[in-house]
Amino acid sequence: MSEILVYSEKTEVALELLGKGAEISSKINAKLTVAVLGVNVSETAKTLAEYADKVYIVENEKLEKIETELYARVLKGLVEKFNPELILIGSTKRGKEIASRLSTKLKVGCIADAIELEFEEGKLLAKRIVYGGKAASLQTCRSKPLIVTVPPRVFEKASTARNGEIIKADIEVDEPLTTTVEVKVKEIPTVKLEEASVIVSGGRGVEKQEDFKMLEELASLLRGVVGCSRPIAEDRGWFTEWIGLSGKKVKPQLYIACGISGAIQHIAGMRDSKIVVAINKDPEAPIFSMADYGIIGDLYEIVPAIIEALKKKVKS
Amino acid sequence: MFYGLGLGLRVIVCVKHAVNVAELRVDAETGKVEVAAAPKKMSDIDKNAVEEAVRIKEKTKCEVIAVSLGGEDAKLTLREALAMGADSAYLISDESLKDLDTLTHSYVLAKAIEKIGNYDLILCGEASIDGFTGLMGPRIAEWLGLPHIAYVKKLEVSENEIIAERDLEDCVEVVKAKVPALITVTRGINEPRIPSIMGIMAASKKPLTIWKLEDLELKADDVASISAVSVLEVKAPKIVRKGIIIEGETPEEIAEKLVEALIKEGIIS
Repeated sequence: MSEILVYSEKTEVALELLGKGAEISSKINAKLTVAVLGVNVSETAKTLAEYADKVYIVENEKLEKIETELYARVLKGLVEKFNPELILIGSTKRGKEIASRLSTKLKVGCIADAIELEFEEGKLLAKRIVYGGKAASLQTCRSKPLIVTVPPRVFEKASTARNGEIIKADIEVDEPLTTTVEVKVKEIPTVKLEEASVIVSGGRGVEKQEDFKMLEELASLLRGVVGCSRPIAEDRGWFTEWIGLSGKKVKPQLYIACGISGAIQHIAGMRDSKIVVAINKDPEAPIFSMADYGIIGDLYEIVPAIIEALKKKVKS
Repeated sequence: MFYGLGLGLRVIVCVKHAVNVAELRVDAETGKVEVAAAPKKMSDIDKNAVEEAVRIKEKTKCEVIAVSLGGEDAKLTLREALAMGADSAYLISDESLKDLDTLTHSYVLAKAIEKIGNYDLILCGEASIDGFTGLMGPRIAEWLGLPHIAYVKKLEVSENEIIAERDLEDCVEVVKAKVPALITVTRGINEPRIPSIMGIMAASKKPLTIWKLEDLELKADDVASISAVSVLEVKAPKIVRKGIIIEGETPEEIAEKLVEALIKEGIIS
């Protein structure tokens, strides 16, 4: 019987892939398997075994840090041993590197960042967003196996118990090509951007770092969080994460863009928001074409006014 | 081999002549995407890769070679890389490469890089602005059997190794690798320079070589047989936004109207 192999270094994402994998496995009549690599993997393996037919574990000290090329080498070993026909990998940044190296090692195709995934008459159909979110591309892949990477939160977590077996896979682990000497964990905000129902986001129109306090006040009145566009995080260094093509993809109920011009790369990160409000001085700013409610004006006047209006509402 | 500061270091930088997505026109009604009519330019993040290569050159007197795979029009992007400070450029352009996948394109680029030879470092952008798969860099490294460090926001090159800070979702990793190695950079690594008039003039005199598949001793059929992924359809999603501009005499009036609208939407109560 053929197999589907799932891998993500994030257990949550692996569970989401197992959710989609379960659907595909009944369609193509394949066993659902998942790989766990690293040290002290037994807890993770147990969690995943609930929703998979088989869990392959490779436990080795050399896998303590995720050297992506070495991880891809180990996964190649698993693929050669168990011959899955579909490999689903979580599209985290590390996951994409692993998928990229693994698919090249195997000389097979890889579709990155699929947001839809179907099998029709044995043929894979995957949809991914291209051109900075302006278009969706439907793709297929003819190689066996084939690899698809899937971003976090695209599919629902697995819910049907399978209570699979945990198998120690005998895969040789060689030396890595890279050495991770330090891992600096980023400060993670209490509410994750991806989970927030309201995001008040600031862009280059916000002149000083302390001005974000104003956005924070607005966000807290709406029980939301503050976000920003890429230049605010990467160029000015005021935040560790940003919303956009190369950053976080968010889909809150309400997205308020303050002083964000709306470059296509930013739109790609927030286009799935339910309601978009844009505040910008420039009436020509592209963000207005993506907004449900646009306000042409100075955010330094508008934002405090919204804060006051909301406070009045709360009182009345 | 890597000879260290000032001695024969060769840096190869890969650049893509990509669709300028900001200028790409789509028809929200029919879903048609006007890819063929869209202007192209050097992919944004590749500019950061060129900038980083040129900065290494300024410190080490290394040679910087820009490489691209694409149509004849990709010469424009290569000329820009030359204007920014690259010393020479190669364009792999062959009609038969059109519509092939990243596995195939990375293979051909790796073959070209092998032919150029004697490199210590290969720089790429983390992803291209149009396709944004992020697969190319690590794929090229794999074909060449090199270590790679992706998503680099800070890079230091020393005698025979590189140390890079790479920016991941939840952490920053400091990673070492021996050279030769491949690096993919983020936009945060630097601010790309705008080429000077002198740079642009100098660029027109720098060597730009065009290679066909046969120059790399490759056959079109063999290359095409590697390609696995094909695109069936490209369509623009329908954007359903209300596009209401809220106007008023004062910020207060505008704010009131917005709050009313958000209450009606059921967003706030």
